[in-house]
Amino acid sequence: MPVLVDDDTKVLCQGITGKFGGLHARGCREYGTRLVGGVTPGRGGETAEGVPVYDTVSEAVRETGATATMIFVPPLGAADAILEAAAAGLKLIVAVTEGIPVLDMVRVKAALRGSPTRLVGPNCPGVITPGQCKIGIMPGYIHAPGPVGVVSRSGTLTYEAVWQLTQRKIGQSTCIGIGGDPVSGTSFVDALRLFQGDPATKAIVMIGEIGGRAEEDAAEVIRAEVKKPVVAFIAGAAAPPGRRMGHAGAVISGGSGAWKDKVDALRAAGAAISESPSRIGETMERVMRERGLLGGK
Amino acid sequence: MKIHEFQAKEVLRRFGVPTLKGIVATTPEEARRAFADLGGPVAAVKAQIHAGGRGKAGGVRVVKSAADAEGFARQILGKPLVTPQTGPQGTVVRRVFVEQGCAIAREHYVGVTLDRTLSVPVMMACAEGGVEIEEIAKKSPEKILREAFDPLDGLRAFQARRLAFGLGLKGKTANSCASLLSALARAFRETDASIVEVNPLVITQSGDPLALDAKMAFEENGLARHPELEELRDLVEEDATETEARKTGLSYVKLDGTIGCLVNGAGLAMATLDVIRQHGAWPANFLDVGGGASKDQVMAAFKLLLGDPRVRAVLVNIFGGIMSCAVIAEGILAALREVSLKVPLVVRLEGNQVEEGRKLLAGSGLSVKTAASLDEGARLAVAAAGGGKG
Repeated sequence: MPVLVDDDTKVLCQGITGKFGGLHARGCREYGTRLVGGVTPGRGGETAEGVPVYDTVSEAVRETGATATMIFVPPLGAADAILEAAAAGLKLIVAVTEGIPVLDMVRVKAALRGSPTRLVGPNCPGVITPGQCKIGIMPGYIHAPGPVGVVSRSGTLTYEAVWQLTQRKIGQSTCIGIGGDPVSGTSFVDALRLFQGDPATKAIVMIGEIGGRAEEDAAEVIRAEVKKPVVAFIAGAAAPPGRRMGHAGAVISGGSGAWKDKVDALRAAGAAISESPSRIGETMERVMRERGLLGGK
Repeated sequence: MKIHEFQAKEVLRRFGVPTLKGIVATTPEEARRAFADLGGPVAAVKAQIHAGGRGKAGGVRVVKSAADAEGFARQILGKPLVTPQTGPQGTVVRRVFVEQGCAIAREHYVGVTLDRTLSVPVMMACAEGGVEIEEIAKKSPEKILREAFDPLDGLRAFQARRLAFGLGLKGKTANSCASLLSALARAFRETDASIVEVNPLVITQSGDPLALDAKMAFEENGLARHPELEELRDLVEEDATETEARKTGLSYVKLDGTIGCLVNGAGLAMATLDVIRQHGAWPANFLDVGGGASKDQVMAAFKLLLGDPRVRAVLVNIFGGIMSCAVIAEGILAALREVSLKVPLVVRLEGNQVEEGRKLLAGSGLSVKTAASLDEGARLAVAAAGGGKG
């Protein structure tokens, strides 16, 4: 099985009766995702986007055998929706919702520690294994099946990178949008380990940005564990340093979070850096050719 | 969202954090009266602006008479105060906080913020107060004590005590300091704060701990459930364009350059700034219209850019995922029916409904330069703005 999802994955949509949830549930179904149901408390028994709506996630799981869910519940109810999905035993939760209070995510993160449930997001475009399963809001047509795993903190910048790959006839194994929030379920480190262990993935694109230490942690794992080539782009070289960071925040990050630190760490760990966001595809093509990963070309 | 010191103290007092008595004054006369009302013999007159570093910049003075309070207020009110955090133009002081004096025995530092690596809030304390905590963090990080919150219980009482004893406090003073720290931790969690900082936290000569200065900022996502805190927002302290953008649901940050940018998605918006820099110019702003912007939002965004006199060229960079390129084009055209386009416009559209979007722009009769890639778009925009300088 590819990373996280494949063409057998049965998917629920929490918040399917909302405008945004409905729109993207439809988009996923049209892409070929096995959407089996929706959940909106109080709307059980109805049908939405061609699938049955349930009152609770556990009922939906019992009736449909779903193992994954995507969450479009509004911000103040989203943390609870994630916990409900985890309590119902779902293996994969993709939280698309943007604007969840950070302290809600602190609680969610703690509650999921040690649980078999994987959370991707929040504030993320989702997960796609091209040609098999799309859980999220990314435009399906820019993707193509292939050997490159993509992991990113940003949505549209991921589309940019994926589109560059697809135009160069380099497909993707799985693309994981881990989201831009400070506290989230799946980290770069988690995604890199998944790709390293995935036979379908031959090379990895990693798209990071300034702030926090996630890219530095990723560099450490790339150095120690990842044998597959990694191409990295870090956004924010031109962002004014520390402009909206208060004292305490600057202390916690210990002077890290800067663009140069991240790029230096990744380069030292052996990743190929794409200095420009418009050369991610080109850089990956060169790296794959050097490694003999582009059969015949 | 940042708030002023006097507001932060009001919030913290509600959670049981002891502070000195103080009165806000907006005129020199009010400052004089405030001194008299506080009853002397000593008071501090403190400029109320959002930026830190006020003390060293000359925005705080200890006064011993009502006349001195009035005199110092007259000296700083209505004038810009320049601190390392305000930028060279400074921030105009519109209020002073006149606060009772106290006899200080010791000064410490305490702050709470999110530790992104641990994914929990952390309280930090340092025996040396009133100093730049970043300096300490760099030079002697071992002097900073840290206690990570339990995600469900927050800062536990024993952790607060551990910090208080760690600061070198003893006996009853240590216990009351621990209560103060617990109150700070509660305030952080219950207001969805992003930062709570008390620097200095002082111990008076009678052994009582109190917050002599206070700084609070709130996490924007959490504000949705605290309408009472939203009322503390000081719009004058925030950039007018950023405020306007927030009202329309756009994310805008003012920068120093000449290329106006309109992009969908924060990561792509940041990357667009990077490419502009690589082509030798500086962006005038960061503007993310978001994933699902309406025609009206795009129109508002475009008008914001054109209203900025520093902008010498506009670069629109859209990768339509959910966002339709046609909606972007419609928004731009609608804006241009209301305001005239006096600077060159470069548009790069890709993704969802790209053909419709391109057709709309091409058929509009406007002189729009189109770009096939992000690189080309940035190159054209920089050239159109007259190159890198400015």
